[in-house]
Amino acid sequence: MTLTLDAPRIVTTHPLVQVRNVSKSYGPVQALRDVSALAYPGEVLGIVGESGSGKSTLLRMMNLEETPDTGSYTLDLPDVSGNLFDLDRFARRMLCATCIGIVYQNPHLGLLMKHSSSGNVAERLLVAGERSFATLRAKASAALEASEFPLDRLDAPPIELSGGMQQRVQLAKAIALEPALLLLDEPTTGLDVSVQALVLDTLKRLQQERRITMVIVSHDLGVIRTLADRVMVMRGGAVVEAGLTDQIFQDPQHAYTQQLVHAKL
Amino acid sequence: MSLKTLTKPWEAMAYGFLDGSAKREIRRKMIKAIAVPGCQMPYASREVPMARGWGTGGLQVSLTLVNPTMRVKVIDQGADDSVNAASIRRFIARVAGAPTTMDTLDADLIQSRHRIPEEILRDDQVLVLQVPNPEPLRPVQPNMSIARQMHADADYGRMWLQLYEQIVRSGRVMQGASYPSLVHGRHVMTPSPIPRWDVPKLNMAQHLTILSAGREKRIFAVPPYTRVEPLVFSDVPYKVEDHADLTCHRSGTRGFFMNEIPQEDGSSAFEVSDSEWGVKAIRRRDGEEVALGETWYKNGRMPS
Repeated sequence: MTLTLDAPRIVTTHPLVQVRNVSKSYGPVQALRDVSALAYPGEVLGIVGESGSGKSTLLRMMNLEETPDTGSYTLDLPDVSGNLFDLDRFARRMLCATCIGIVYQNPHLGLLMKHSSSGNVAERLLVAGERSFATLRAKASAALEASEFPLDRLDAPPIELSGGMQQRVQLAKAIALEPALLLLDEPTTGLDVSVQALVLDTLKRLQQERRITMVIVSHDLGVIRTLADRVMVMRGGAVVEAGLTDQIFQDPQHAYTQQLVHAKL
Repeated sequence: MSLKTLTKPWEAMAYGFLDGSAKREIRRKMIKAIAVPGCQMPYASREVPMARGWGTGGLQVSLTLVNPTMRVKVIDQGADDSVNAASIRRFIARVAGAPTTMDTLDADLIQSRHRIPEEILRDDQVLVLQVPNPEPLRPVQPNMSIARQMHADADYGRMWLQLYEQIVRSGRVMQGASYPSLVHGRHVMTPSPIPRWDVPKLNMAQHLTILSAGREKRIFAVPPYTRVEPLVFSDVPYKVEDHADLTCHRSGTRGFFMNEIPQEDGSSAFEVSDSEWGVKAIRRRDGEEVALGETWYKNGRMPS
């Protein structure tokens, strides 16, 4: 009997997300300097860095909210091809609605505060063209349930909800259309530790159940350590170090990463 | 030949109150609006001797369209005899020398606030509607620059969100007036604050409808024979007000849009909202020979 070994998955699978050599400056400020990032299907990519390191700018670009000065961005999905930064506003909107979900640090950015929570989730489906009330209702409740939102508050407007609940509504909205890519911009910053743990728990469970590719931006190493498979450390608009999470945390190479890890421990 | 014979005698104001350039601009914007049904065209909105928000948009369009042979009818919430309607009608007659009428069948130009007459308008009639807020996206997108982009992209998903919210909160669609409607399958417009009852009248109508917002400086139009479809969920049908079975306590007509008049004993009486329709019905009941036009609603139903 001969023993055959499959090639490691990392060799056979193509990365879902490829951001290549992205640079962006706002006037005299260079926000991103030749940044590249890869994320494989079902993987969680963590981006750490201090405030102003360009991590949120990078995430906004992945959500096609901004266009860089140079660089390319591709998603390995059926019906999606070419550099996504070349798409027009219309194509971007459709792509963002169907393939990418995002959770912002500030729920005011991602939610309509005075509309009902289920309405916020339904908006995503409406943009994608769903026009049946019963279906909208069912799908919105399902998404909210998946993000562990209490269903008795289904129609409460987010403005009346706690911070943790608002993040859950954002999460439900982001996963409502089962996107291939989920972007999380400091999803638990500003929540107290116990709520933070609950939200992280939900994220982890969702990731395991649905194998969504996630890109999570945080300055909190604890969050990154809990969720991420691979980590990118950014500083001053450039990537200083990238690697597997354990590798980065156990054996940081770059001086800045060492400082960061030691500050945490 | 002297210069005097070539120039017109001095006049206190231009015909129809607005000066030539203002009328030319409005005319051009009306043509644009007709060319792209339901799309809002910006215009300069001149001063007229009336406060903004009282029908200045409609008045400017009327003053531009009017000529000395056009019969003008002005309606305010269905009534020809309310102060606002009477003042506007008198003003147009005074500055344009146009004859006025209250009868929908006789009118060539109808300026209206909040209602479309119950009698079917013909293809030689023009309906001018006064619009307070021309932007249907305003409740869901307060930023007007983005709202214009959304119009350009036909990105109207959020309009249904408004309806969703109403059904969730109240169990039914609560939008009573200015029900957002898709014109010619492309632009969503707010059909001025006409009740839901009147929106189906615009669909494939023979007459030209021009909607003008003076304060917001926007003109849009529904040309003749244009589809106007109210936005609905596929499983929640469009409903007009439940007025089909109400009877007017003065004229006895039935199956038209009614005004509710609270009575002292707590009950309510109903009066047909299109006042001239009611007046004609009463005159016919009293034995006068009055021509009643064909109505859009028959026995309280809109024939499909």
